Amino acid sequence: MKIIIIDYGAGNIKSIQFAFKRLGFEAVLSHNIDEIKAADKVIFPGVGEASSAMKMLQQSGLDAVIPTLKQPVLGICLGMQLMCNFSEEGNTKGLGIFDVAIKRFSSAVKVPQMGWNVISNLKSDLFTGIKENEFMYLVHSFYAEDCTEAIATTNYERPYASALRKDNFYGVQFHPEKSGVEGSKILENFLRL
Amino acid sequence: MLTKRIIPCLDIKNGRTVKGVNFVNLIDAGDPIILAKQYAELGADELVFLDISATLEGRKTMLDMVLKVAEQVNIPFTVGGGISSVADVDLLLKSGADKVSINSSAIKRPELVNELAEKFGNQCVVVAIDAKQIEGEWRVHLAGGTIPTELNLFEWAKEVERRGAGEILFTSMNNDGTKAGFANEALVKLSTELNIPIIASGGAGTVQHFVDTFKIGKSDAALAASVFHFGEIKILELKQALKTHLIPVRL
Repeated sequence: MKIIIIDYGAGNIKSIQFAFKRLGFEAVLSHNIDEIKAADKVIFPGVGEASSAMKMLQQSGLDAVIPTLKQPVLGICLGMQLMCNFSEEGNTKGLGIFDVAIKRFSSAVKVPQMGWNVISNLKSDLFTGIKENEFMYLVHSFYAEDCTEAIATTNYERPYASALRKDNFYGVQFHPEKSGVEGSKILENFLRL
Repeated sequence: MLTKRIIPCLDIKNGRTVKGVNFVNLIDAGDPIILAKQYAELGADELVFLDISATLEGRKTMLDMVLKVAEQVNIPFTVGGGISSVADVDLLLKSGADKVSINSSAIKRPELVNELAEKFGNQCVVVAIDAKQIEGEWRVHLAGGTIPTELNLFEWAKEVERRGAGEILFTSMNNDGTKAGFANEALVKLSTELNIPIIASGGAGTVQHFVDTFKIGKSDAALAASVFHFGEIKILELKQALKTHLIPVRL
């Protein structure tokens, strides 16, 4: 199985690569469009700031490629947020795969949300073998609003979409690569899709 | 609900844990990777590695260690000690660290906090503050707490928050090593006046101290070293106790 992690200069991708290695799979970093298109599974990572990450995607032409991919694609953290319509962070227009906007937590709560919180209302094969209210590790200041494409929700200030799905596109706000054994199961499930 | 975090801290010198770790059935208690894996399995929520190597060679060994931890440990970890530039942080993050912690270098050049936050995002910038209460005032100290500065703890914490810190790791030097409890009065003030997570450090001796720092100190996370390393407090039992006190924890 050919697993590609999209390399566009954003984020700590080493951890994702190692998480697959622990599962016995090699995930390759690439920004080559043909290679990405030919992969069996595509991981779209990202940490950092939305508008600068989006600029890096545009410079490499990946912004046009990602929405046309046909194989299972998993956006993680900022990767998931960039797959949405719009982000309040830097007033960034996203890839528009998920029909939802990204908003900032208010100062009623500590921002960023940092640590382990639970995922609930699980609705996807991505979560096979994962129990309701399982703990996942999250670090983020912006969130996707709850919507029809939500396949998991988490509560921080309000219930929000902590995982999204549309067709072959999946997105998770949490870091499965940093969420212990259960997080690793989610990556394994993704490989089985 | 977001849970309160329990964070064991490992001091590393030339790639090995120091301060003597006396831990359940370990073949090599000086091996930070074995220890880190064990802590992850025992329910630690995060780990902090503090590099106390004084030499360039020691620092290079640290990068190898970070890479190995990232390879083998499936929970987040922070690396601190001797970090003074964007390039230092870039290397650590590329080696797989999730967050970095800066201390003296931020005091010497506060713009470093802005630079790191802009380049890598607030989420990976932890500012560690060592402070001591002297005649009623909490004064920030430099160089592992040995040199007092003119900075006031609360003013400095607010400044680094403005500059883009994602989290504060506050060590009370009055409490550190005493095993008499965390500095909850200062912690609750930090937690109330700032809007980023606060990690309590210094003073952990009993389970009740953790209960107090979450309930009274309003801390978001608590860090300790020796009580965990010597098995005086077991993480699982600690978390069960916190739960009976209705403190949200990951169990």
